[in-house]
Amino acid sequence: MINEKITAIENINVHTIPTNKYKTNTLVWKMKAPLANETVTLRALLPYVLQSGTAEHPSVKQLRTYLDELYGATLNVDLAKKGESHIITIRIDVANEVFLQEKMPLLRNAVKLLSDIVLRPALQDGRFVERIVEQEKRALKQRIQAVYDDKIRYANLRLIQEMCKGEPYALHANGELDDVDRIAAEELFQYYQKTLQEDEIDLYVIGDVQEETVLEAVASHFSLPNRTVRASTEEMVSSKTRDKVNEVIEKQDIKQGKLNIGYRTNVTYEDDDYYALQMFNGIFGGFSHSKLFMNVREKASLAYYAASRLESHKGLLIVTSGIEPANYQKALQIIEKQMEAMKNGDITDEEIAQTKAVIRNQLLETIDTPRGLVEVLYHNVVAKRKRSIEEWLSGTDRVSREEIMRVAGKVKLDTIYFLTGMEGAE
Amino acid sequence: MEKIVYEQLQEQLFYEKMENGLDVYILPKKGFYKTYATFTAKYGSVDNQFVPFGKTEMKRVPDGIAHFLEHKLFEKEDGDVFQQFSKQGASANAFTSFTRTAYLFSSTANVEGNLETLIDFVQSPYFSEQTVEKEKGIIGQEIRMYDDNPDWRVYFGAIESMYQNHPVKIDIAGTVESISHITKELLYECYETFYHPSNMLLFIVGPVDEQKIMQQIRDNQAKKSFPKASEIQRFVYDEPKERAEAKKVIPMHVQTSKCIVGIKAPMVRPAGKEKLVHELAFNVLLDYLFGKSSPHYERLYELGLIDETFMYDYTEEREFGFAMVGGDTSDPDRLSEEIKQILLSFTSDSVTEAQLERVKKKKIGAFLRSLNSPEYIANQFTRYAFNEVSLFDVIPVLQTLTIEQIDQIAKQCFRESQIAVCQVVPKERK
Repeated sequence: MINEKITAIENINVHTIPTNKYKTNTLVWKMKAPLANETVTLRALLPYVLQSGTAEHPSVKQLRTYLDELYGATLNVDLAKKGESHIITIRIDVANEVFLQEKMPLLRNAVKLLSDIVLRPALQDGRFVERIVEQEKRALKQRIQAVYDDKIRYANLRLIQEMCKGEPYALHANGELDDVDRIAAEELFQYYQKTLQEDEIDLYVIGDVQEETVLEAVASHFSLPNRTVRASTEEMVSSKTRDKVNEVIEKQDIKQGKLNIGYRTNVTYEDDDYYALQMFNGIFGGFSHSKLFMNVREKASLAYYAASRLESHKGLLIVTSGIEPANYQKALQIIEKQMEAMKNGDITDEEIAQTKAVIRNQLLETIDTPRGLVEVLYHNVVAKRKRSIEEWLSGTDRVSREEIMRVAGKVKLDTIYFLTGMEGAE
Repeated sequence: MEKIVYEQLQEQLFYEKMENGLDVYILPKKGFYKTYATFTAKYGSVDNQFVPFGKTEMKRVPDGIAHFLEHKLFEKEDGDVFQQFSKQGASANAFTSFTRTAYLFSSTANVEGNLETLIDFVQSPYFSEQTVEKEKGIIGQEIRMYDDNPDWRVYFGAIESMYQNHPVKIDIAGTVESISHITKELLYECYETFYHPSNMLLFIVGPVDEQKIMQQIRDNQAKKSFPKASEIQRFVYDEPKERAEAKKVIPMHVQTSKCIVGIKAPMVRPAGKEKLVHELAFNVLLDYLFGKSSPHYERLYELGLIDETFMYDYTEEREFGFAMVGGDTSDPDRLSEEIKQILLSFTSDSVTEAQLERVKKKKIGAFLRSLNSPEYIANQFTRYAFNEVSLFDVIPVLQTLTIEQIDQIAKQCFRESQIAVCQVVPKERK
């Protein structure tokens, strides 16, 4: 279904996906390294400094002016956690000139620009420009703080911090506030050079392209220093077990309480049971036909949202819902009851059929966007396991009730986190 | 069935008006897995005073009723339509805006079945007293969720500061108090007034066979009977061009302040190509002033007054148009002053043709990118169609925009009396 060609060139794994369904062509650059206390904030800052200027276009204004001239090519960066890996993503999306009156070699210019951003940044005295670094440190602090003002994200962050205390996964992908001020331009530049030497690097090119042309363009613009790539996923994903459920209640001046619950699934993307875990999550809380939505929202009318999702590479299942503070115990009981039903195999054939259909639909819809497609394919880089879309679809289709129950047996409640109002009843 | 070809974009659009007045559009997209369909009523939160179907007197209905109706339409005597869609492997949803209520599904299989479900559930209302009461709890939680969301509060606060009378200033979901007055009779009354096929548009985009799909819709509609359509009479609000208040400050439990400067367009054309020209020219002007390649953006960023949340946007609907500029900031008062200064001191003499061309190029590229998205195509096409404009005219209109058109917008809108500020600031700890 997806024609993905992978060729290693210049120490970069180049993934070419030719398709003519889009009006634009997309480049996605990914760098992977272990998530670690010492580097998390440096790494969170780095891509933002890189996108602020290249040697040729040494300021945001100049770089953005050039992007405008490339028919509004977009450039954005972000950071993510996948299991215990910390991933930098840099994306450029550019119009396919076939649809324009003016014929410009837009894709070729975009590949060159990407190489400038990652390999030829704006420098001053042999390191990053002080002014840019300081500005981006300020922006990073704002980015970290912004989570606090979005209670849904904040509750999620706090749950993970409480649940994974002591594990790298407790770190935030955007870094830690207290580390930001200490970072100097020099140190960041050294870290940057190290990432080019040691990170696992993947480049995805999606659009109206041929692999040959892509490899040629990559070869002429990218040359990385001598590299000793760190063995991938050498660090085992940790999975602690707890004797007693950890309950954390926090109060703030808010109207709606946020109830987030974390479970350890003891199954990850690499396992054969992964398809059954996907089915488990789909029946339990992943969709609007799921047990959580039907019981917490539709039957008890307690919440507008009540759902669950997986952290596939870490093996977590996270339940989120927004409820009236006084309804804490009531909501908790209903959620626990749904989990029991899952474990007891109290699942109808209809729920199974419905969930299979919806998971299939969701996967196909995801790969309809260039961004979604890359995220799906990148699972194969993060995990040791390669899975094609076809395998994914047929694997889900084959899951039986017994397999779902077996996975349910592995799911263990770990932490309950409740963010509630000042007068919140307990 | 009419076929409209857009050569440069390599797209084909098929159109037919059904006998009952329903407008149907199909845009085949080869290579995609997903089919996306929207069934939209020209009815939103601002339609809160009107002559109900079959009546003669204007009536004011409770705030939030259009959104409430949207929720309730999913529930039928034999259960929830969401269930039906997920059995058929589709994901369904709906949204209510100021001027539209849209019901939609996307699916990668069983498109005919899902389309049938979509049309039929929207065209067969079932409201009961018991389910109306139950919904009040769910929507109450939705309202509370937004109450705690500072981005929503600052956005809506800015609209409240701009408008004196027009119901655009009322939250789309209403309030816990206003929705308590909603009854099943009122829902039926709104439904009968606004959900007539002649007030609706169906858009389907995806890897479909247009002949087959159009025939399916014809057959479906032929089976149903509707009363004869009558012109909908909506109350016309008299809105002065001046803002309601210069500044609104909302203290909340936040760490970072937020500031939005709202700019009120004094008059907008109700429909037609000039409306598209106006909307695009306004957007080009904002991009010229505040885009990441602009000198103002660079200066505000270097001063530490803005960060990556900085945004600007112009919204134009049937009877109103407003722009918003702002985001998170360390100094909301200074940022509002800076933005106002930029607006009030703007003269088009400083704009060069080359700069204008660059902004146009950027907008053209962005438009092409949005055509990657079936959701964008269906939703924006419908929005424009309700204003008698075609989405696919965007590029040709962009190409012909002039500095004079931009100048005119600045002269009409960048006036102190039409600019309102809203800020969310950290609440002082007790």
